[in-house]
Amino acid sequence: MRLASLLGQRRNGPGRPLHWTDIAAYAYLALGVVLMFGPVLWLVLSSFKTQSALLEFPPSLLPFAQVEVTVPGQPQKLPLFRTNLPDGSVRELAQVRRIGLVAQMVDPADPAKQFRVAIDKREPVRRVAFATENYSEPLQRFAFLRFLFNSVFVTVVATLITLLINSMAAYALAVYAFPGKQTATLAVIGTLMIPMTIILVPVYLVVTELGLANSLWAVILPGAATPTGVFLLRQYMLTLPKDLIEAARMDKASEWQIYWRIVMPLTLPALAVLAIFSIMWRWNEFLWPLAVLTKTEVYTLQIALNAFQGELQTQWHYLLAMTVVTLAPVALVFVFLQRFITTGIGSTGMK
Amino acid sequence: MAELKLTSARKSFGSIDVLHGIDLAVRDGEFVVFVGPSGCGKSTLLRLIAGLENVTSGEIHIDGERVTHLPASERGLAMVFQSYALYPHMSVRKNMGFALENMGLKPAEIEARVARAAAMLRLTDYLDRKPKALSGGQRQRVAIGRAIVRDPKIFLFDEPLSNLDAELRVATRKELASLHAGLGGTMIYVTHDQVEAMTLADRIVVLNAGRIEQVGTPLELYNRPANAFVAGFIGSPRMNFLPAVVVSDDGTLRLTVGEVEVALPRPASGLAAGASVTLGIRPEHIEIAPGDGMLAAKIDLLEQLGGETFVYATAPGLPQITLRQDGQSHFHRGDAVAIRFAPDHLHIFDAAGAALARP
Repeated sequence: MRLASLLGQRRNGPGRPLHWTDIAAYAYLALGVVLMFGPVLWLVLSSFKTQSALLEFPPSLLPFAQVEVTVPGQPQKLPLFRTNLPDGSVRELAQVRRIGLVAQMVDPADPAKQFRVAIDKREPVRRVAFATENYSEPLQRFAFLRFLFNSVFVTVVATLITLLINSMAAYALAVYAFPGKQTATLAVIGTLMIPMTIILVPVYLVVTELGLANSLWAVILPGAATPTGVFLLRQYMLTLPKDLIEAARMDKASEWQIYWRIVMPLTLPALAVLAIFSIMWRWNEFLWPLAVLTKTEVYTLQIALNAFQGELQTQWHYLLAMTVVTLAPVALVFVFLQRFITTGIGSTGMK
Repeated sequence: MAELKLTSARKSFGSIDVLHGIDLAVRDGEFVVFVGPSGCGKSTLLRLIAGLENVTSGEIHIDGERVTHLPASERGLAMVFQSYALYPHMSVRKNMGFALENMGLKPAEIEARVARAAAMLRLTDYLDRKPKALSGGQRQRVAIGRAIVRDPKIFLFDEPLSNLDAELRVATRKELASLHAGLGGTMIYVTHDQVEAMTLADRIVVLNAGRIEQVGTPLELYNRPANAFVAGFIGSPRMNFLPAVVVSDDGTLRLTVGEVEVALPRPASGLAAGASVTLGIRPEHIEIAPGDGMLAAKIDLLEQLGGETFVYATAPGLPQITLRQDGQSHFHRGDAVAIRFAPDHLHIFDAAGAALARP
């Protein structure tokens, strides 16, 4: 209902004739929707295609599969074709075998009668069919639950640690006055400019030195303190009235209690934003886990997906299906938490 | 309940000196009001006492114990903030009980104390509400309640009424006065409103530019201001200041005020002839004489308030003079009148602004 009224908005108010700017606006928005959701939709539809359908050219949007029928007297199911017969009639025939440019075909209704047809005279009969085995097979064959658990563990634990230590750093930078505070803040923000790829090797060395390689903690710990998180939370905490903290001091609260019972509850909108970001970062993280996780039992989903991509052959049908599976949780997080994202980002100054 | 002693307390922010050595003793159970114009350092002084700011130098003692470097949480004081500073995510009950939880009291004791304070402040029905759902006056009472439950050594108030509308301010002012009468605690109250200061205080501390100008009971300040600043600050409308020149001072002080000479019988105070002084006279101590007065003046403006009338008049060579008359005035704008000062209520300030001893 609300969506309908939102989509029904026009320049001159509801019920008025459409202005050309309305049309332009809707066209622009529709283009945006297609650009953003087109690839996702294609991914989802393609994930239901069979391996051969995926390689087909020209590609189709919907997953089609050739119809196969059981013909008495034939050991296997036979593919069905719509065939132009030399007498001008069109019949649906099953192909028994193909020799060169000629196919030997049989009428499923009358298996005794056989036809020899040139292959350019026949067209496959196709129906929309969802190849759910793309999902079920890898889920059974691979330790998918193990990868899912690893990914969930990394995401949840890393997000909790990130929220805790980032909020503590932000609290210190926002509330206390100490010499070097400005420098510390600048240093934190400055690290935003250093991409992961630059420090990949040194961090890898540190992690292996600490004996963390091939453990999930190697993925969790190095990225737990994020400059973005510290900065975002600090900016939000700066907007909290100083009086509240002083009132808590007068109320005999210890510094930990001020942080935990006053500042943290009031920073909830910013924490929600950071939590969402952190979940997305951690869930989609690829390069760093790829570097430190080499044993299959510690693979996260993203790394496991990478395993479908071999050197010589890529199992696209599995890859696409499992990509959809890994996308689903973050999409759900987004659906349920998007209220916080909009209000939170609006009030944290991260516009 | 406790006494407080400040010894040459100074505060600087960087190179800016905000307080230049404050010496003050507050007695047990006393209601002391810090008053002064904005920027005079009164809030800073309160925050020094609270422990929210550190003194640059000097000492603070509470009940004879040195607390100069004790953090706010350990001084045992309670403060009511101008913004109330209620914790927005806690109910009224939690807000009031927060300090008690931090003190480690048992839940039953906390509940009892909160209930008692809530009853005293008529907040019993609102205990489960969040501050957002309260009116300004109720929030104010919660802030006071948060201070009361702790039974602190000293209550500190930082302009607690300035966010209330005029009517509520008067009502809350009376409540505060009766609260002090009931609790009997030592209270220190900061305001820039001299009416609040006059009505609430046992003693008023007038601050200006980081210094104490005068400390005294409200009527002492009104009757015997130590200097022109206090005289001008206390009383509304403010005291008239008229520049004058001494003619002679030999048992009768003769002064030239504007274009006339006035003679005031008072003991000699050693003023040299030709010295500049300032004559101070409150609007309520000037009357319009039926016959001849001291000064001839012309009425510029009348403000008829029904119960009283303010008359603004000018005399040649003098700044505008404000007069207060009881009841309603039959004068009109432009009327020429003769005005007379009540000699007993004249204040004389020397060139530096210090008041001369009054007979």
